[in-house]
Amino acid sequence: MKAVKTKAIQIDIQHLTRAEGHGNIVVDFDNGELNKCALEIVEAPRFFEALMRGKPYRQASHIASRICGICAVTHATASLRASEKALGIVPSPQTTRLRKLNILGEMLDSHILHVYMLVAPDLLEVGSVIPLASSAPELVLRALKMKKVAGDLCQLIGGRHTHPISMVTGGFTHYPSRESLVELYDRLVDLRHEMDATVDTFQDLHFPEFENETEYLALHTEGEYCLIDGEIISSDGGSWPVEEYLEVTNETVVHHSTAKHSRNQRRSYLVGALARFNINFADLHPKARSAASALDLKPKCVNPYLNTVAQIVEMVHCVEEAIAILTRITREGLSVELPVVQKRPSGEGVGACEAPRGTLYHHYAIQDETISFANCITPTAQNLANIEADMRALVPQFCGQGKETLSRHLEMLVRAYDPCISCSTHALEVRFI
Amino acid sequence: MMKSAPTVAFFDFAGCEGCQLTVLDALQTHPDLLSAIEIVEFREAMSEKADSYDVAFVEGSCTRESDETRLRRIRDQATIVVALGACAHTGGVNAMRNDHEIDNLKRVVYADAFDHFEAHQTRPISEVIRIDAFLPGCPIDREEFIRAVKALCLGRMPVIPEVPVCMECKLSENACLLQQGKPCLGPITRAGCGALCPSLGVGCEGCRGMIPNPNLEALETIFSQKRCSPRELRSMLSLFLTHPLQSEEVTAYESS
Ligand code: SF4
Ligand code: SF4
Ligand code: SF4
Repeated sequence: MKAVKTKAIQIDIQHLTRAEGHGNIVVDFDNGELNKCALEIVEAPRFFEALMRGKPYRQASHIASRICGICAVTHATASLRASEKALGIVPSPQTTRLRKLNILGEMLDSHILHVYMLVAPDLLEVGSVIPLASSAPELVLRALKMKKVAGDLCQLIGGRHTHPISMVTGGFTHYPSRESLVELYDRLVDLRHEMDATVDTFQDLHFPEFENETEYLALHTEGEYCLIDGEIISSDGGSWPVEEYLEVTNETVVHHSTAKHSRNQRRSYLVGALARFNINFADLHPKARSAASALDLKPKCVNPYLNTVAQIVEMVHCVEEAIAILTRITREGLSVELPVVQKRPSGEGVGACEAPRGTLYHHYAIQDETISFANCITPTAQNLANIEADMRALVPQFCGQGKETLSRHLEMLVRAYDPCISCSTHALEVRFI
Repeated sequence: MMKSAPTVAFFDFAGCEGCQLTVLDALQTHPDLLSAIEIVEFREAMSEKADSYDVAFVEGSCTRESDETRLRRIRDQATIVVALGACAHTGGVNAMRNDHEIDNLKRVVYADAFDHFEAHQTRPISEVIRIDAFLPGCPIDREEFIRAVKALCLGRMPVIPEVPVCMECKLSENACLLQQGKPCLGPITRAGCGALCPSLGVGCEGCRGMIPNPNLEALETIFSQKRCSPRELRSMLSLFLTHPLQSEEVTAYESS
């Protein structure tokens, strides 16, 4: 598609729907020149890092989970890891396993919400999941059934679907019963049918063809699909311990917008399902790898729209991993462990997790059991620069097809990233055009 | 007074969208709700918009001047406005900022770029517009939401308990955490969650707001008898109760 030189296109999509939080898409294209192309974050800033200062570290994970209701478990876990590392707390292998199980549940839940309820309406050309409920009820019922299992998993482990209660530094304050774990296991095994059906459904759906190569970043550990800790790996080469996250995320203020942008080795980079897929493909469960080949997704994939497909592959992985962990737990039983106590009252630590939307960092300094400094870098904040880079590459390619098609593609692009705008704590509001 | 299928809209202000997520959960377990109500606006889940609605559920706190205009429009277009969750009901965790100078907070988080955006003190939505009902909690309780929708469909207002969490905790036969020297705000917090946190071994943090006439002095005495530090009590109270403590007639509590 060639750009039509004389055509002027102004797009101003206020409060993009079917996304977490409030964002605007603004494009000003005139005479072959792209004067402005931005994803504006209009979410009210919430100052979590500043509010954590002066609070006892034991409250940090409960405050942190309120940053985002969709990724609450991952925020809580990254927060707990930051405090634990600061205070020399080494959680037991059982604790780590339960946390991982909880994160798998949250990732599954979030991906189902995104793939079925936010993206599928675009692919099926309806306004939302509500008309979809009458035009494709089996799809909506399937999504609801799957979501229920994922939500119940989170509730069982953390005590509540969103904002976990029983996860604390050093362990858990409450353990689920054996019967409830067995029941959950059975329901997850049953979900395999729904996963197969999901792969079938999306095999037939069409995603826009668009490629924009970039740097992909994800956490990595040898021999497992990394969700907690690990080291930061780049598709361009290079690895960093999570403690050096600042060198990688590198938040900078850019000229054309007041939103801070992240850049590592290039002008922008991508985190999230597609980045994890590209970097950790070999560590995916074999069933997830076959789902990928059924969906024709191969590393290294450079079409950002296919982030949705990478999420489906990860959903298969989450179901299989959760089944594997539950198999082990129900076989060995859970031992009721008291949370590991702190070794020292002060220190500094960085916790990193793979949230559904990408790598999440929490960094605390603790003085006499009180948080004296907190920093949190969310996946969406890291992806913002890359979303805009994709938008800039996309406009010339689709502008010849008129404003409506272009708007639709831009909305779909932003939605494909699954931006969790309410948690982009570092993103600033921009108000112009 | 309400039609058979009332039109319902959802709106969000400063918050984490956890309450809206709980609404989706409720629709999941009670798909029949979708035939009892007609959802006409729900930005997070759908693209459609509406000009009027019987019930508006509002999630999140008012933290900017520009929020006020939007809130007033919602009030004009709705017959009934319900504050959804702690952020909307009491200011929730967002109100922690009211203990600080806003400019300092901006500088801590955004450094040099601190004056690029609007941010004010946090207010529950009832301080900007009249509300008809509230559903407390962070997040809201799924079952309570379902009961509330049923009540609204019948033309009644949802009934929210006014007894303390301790009542439900005793009914659950939990061993009292406060007795064991672990901080818990159960005695002053509004019940209705089934004493969720104490039942999982964690002290209540007060997310459902305070009961009418909470006895804060007595709570402070118990805390000190159990050797929980006053500092611990203060920071616990600040999590969800910063705004109610600053605004209501509970000034008898002098933090030292
Ligand atoms: S009340 Fe809690 S769950 Fe609801 S929006 Fe506010 S922070 Fe999120
Ligand atoms: S644990 Fe808390 S809520 Fe339960 S009885 Fe004791 S003080 Fe009350
Ligand atoms: S126990 Fe307290 S903090 Fe926990 S859900 Fe109930 S009211 Fe909220």
